[in-house]
Amino acid sequence: MKNTIRQVFHSPKFVGGFVIFVAILLTMFIYPLFNPGNPLQQIGVGTFAKPGTYVSLYDATKTTPETFRLPEADENRLAASLSDEDRVAMVEYFTAMGIDISDLDTGDTDTLLQMWEDNYDPSVRPKGMTGARVNYFKRLNNSLQDLKGGDTIIIAEEGEDGALVESKSISTTDYVRTGAVANVKTLPLGTDNFGRDVLKELVSATGTSIGIGLLAGIVATLIGLTFGLLAGYLGGFVDDFIMFITNIFTVIPGFVLLILISYSIGQEQRGAAVVATVIGLTGWTWTARSVRSQVISLRNRDHVNLSKLSGHSLLRIILTDILPYIASYVVMAFILQVSSGILAEAQLSLLGLGPRTTEVPTLGLMMNWAMLYSAHTNGSWWAYFPVILVITLISFSLNLMNTGLDQVFNPTLRD
Amino acid sequence: MNEPVRVQKDFTNAPLCLSGKGVTKVFGFGDKKTVAVDHVDFEFHEGEFVSIVGESGSGKTTLSKMLLGLSNATEGEIFFQGKPRDISSGHKKKEYWKGIQAIFQDPFSSFNTFQKIDTVLLDCINMRGGKGLSKQEKFNMMSDACHFVNLEFKELTNKYPFELSGGQMQRLMIARIFLLKPKILLADEPTSMVDACSRATILDMLLNLRDEIGMTVIFITHDIGLAYYISDSVYIMEHGKFVEYGKADEVILHPQAAYTKRLISDVPKIHEEWDLSTVDLHA
Repeated sequence: MKNTIRQVFHSPKFVGGFVIFVAILLTMFIYPLFNPGNPLQQIGVGTFAKPGTYVSLYDATKTTPETFRLPEADENRLAASLSDEDRVAMVEYFTAMGIDISDLDTGDTDTLLQMWEDNYDPSVRPKGMTGARVNYFKRLNNSLQDLKGGDTIIIAEEGEDGALVESKSISTTDYVRTGAVANVKTLPLGTDNFGRDVLKELVSATGTSIGIGLLAGIVATLIGLTFGLLAGYLGGFVDDFIMFITNIFTVIPGFVLLILISYSIGQEQRGAAVVATVIGLTGWTWTARSVRSQVISLRNRDHVNLSKLSGHSLLRIILTDILPYIASYVVMAFILQVSSGILAEAQLSLLGLGPRTTEVPTLGLMMNWAMLYSAHTNGSWWAYFPVILVITLISFSLNLMNTGLDQVFNPTLRD
Repeated sequence: MNEPVRVQKDFTNAPLCLSGKGVTKVFGFGDKKTVAVDHVDFEFHEGEFVSIVGESGSGKTTLSKMLLGLSNATEGEIFFQGKPRDISSGHKKKEYWKGIQAIFQDPFSSFNTFQKIDTVLLDCINMRGGKGLSKQEKFNMMSDACHFVNLEFKELTNKYPFELSGGQMQRLMIARIFLLKPKILLADEPTSMVDACSRATILDMLLNLRDEIGMTVIFITHDIGLAYYISDSVYIMEHGKFVEYGKADEVILHPQAAYTKRLISDVPKIHEEWDLSTVDLHA
């Protein structure tokens, strides 16, 4: 036993998969310690806030500033204010005016603004341009002038007599330290459609999904193991009967069965545990078939015959003379069942047949929400891509572990 | 070298221990039908050392499985101590197995590699109704059994079977029989997987055990020389049938059937040139 474990941990594939899986598990347990709270809490009001660090604007204005004269500050400010859309529009204007733009780089803000200053003439209406477009360029020009001209922002508060009184003016050279601002929120993966912290949700969802996978794996392995052991060891009529049922379950595509059962259970009854059990109930057939074939090859071995001759009961023979011999195989089958359980949950949830949505996030539900709110068409990659990555990593690590185990237990597979 | 002294007794008048009438085993059906054992009759007496000799595929092991009650005969009936054998239920099988035990060919696959040697021997004591004995008594019984086969129980305790050599494992099997004290021992080629030195030891132990317990030994082998060395009577099996049987001296020194003659001439002899004339190389 000790030897086997040592051998298993010398298999690079197993160790690779194990490290990835343990890293995921550790993140799952450690991250909530640093970032506690309900993962489904809606912190944002809008949808799909981009990943990044958010500084409270209100608190920032209340913080005592320091003055820095940074040479590139103006340039950066202009570059950030000039959106890609504006840059394209400027190029469009130059083209309409018949100006040579062959060596113009739209990323170079200075040159672009210089050219705009030199060439923009509000009195000229380029040929074929609509009035609305002309007005758009007027507005663009005004905002550009504002950017260059404005030195301070004045904050006014309502005074006692109802008139606005200047309470503070913010200059372009004022800076506040993020640490000094009372409220700074870092959202490494932004928010989702409901304004929830995606990273927090993802960590919680990973836990739930692995739990679902484990439960589904345990259910499937237990059923498959029991049926496989009985069919293989007893043979005869029991074998025929169990194989008949197994074959029925095998020929009906498991996923169709899963959809039908999930649908008929109804939204209200579908908690994470119920979904996991349903996944397990539809996924045991291959375990049963392969356990049966292994047991058939074992049941006529001499040590089983000797055990019979020693008067051992059926249960004892199965538990002590057959099960340990197929244990490694069962562990591998279990790992695969966990992996496919997680995938099945993701598939089901994507169709809207996963666990009911009010209690826990799962990886599948997160993808479902992202899809429903068109995250994939409006460019909000952070709402679904990390989820896909996590599912892939879990599945990859489990399969890698399985392959590693397979190579340890079946030396002929080693390359 | 001392020639082993062969002591052969006549058991014709001893009470019957195990006998069979028209025992048949058929595998498959239709085109794939194979008759492994074809209507064989036999009579094994109490205390007798019987050899069943035949080449691979002659049906020896199939017959032994039926004798042990591990598989059912397609046809025919087996009598245990004069009465028809009844192994229809698990309980009755358990009772039957108190009377008949086996040693298998391959010692390496005969033991459950996940169980310690102590468990194997303790099971035997429990089967003989020794469940209530004290730890010391059980320990003494196991030590005695190991002593009988020249093993030290102290060295074996807490070990797994795969830590032993093939010869040691096969001797442990005999220790098991020593504890179980069955009426019949069925030894299915117990020496074919161990080296020549261990072979003689194991055969001697089997003979001693037979004398000690007074059980019937059914010895299944392909080696007619070995059968002559140890048996009281011999059954020669070919294609699922007994072609010749009787006392060992009669059958082996004065063979009647062609198959027996061939088996005898196939035994390699050290001081003679091997006579291959009877072997059909183109068969």
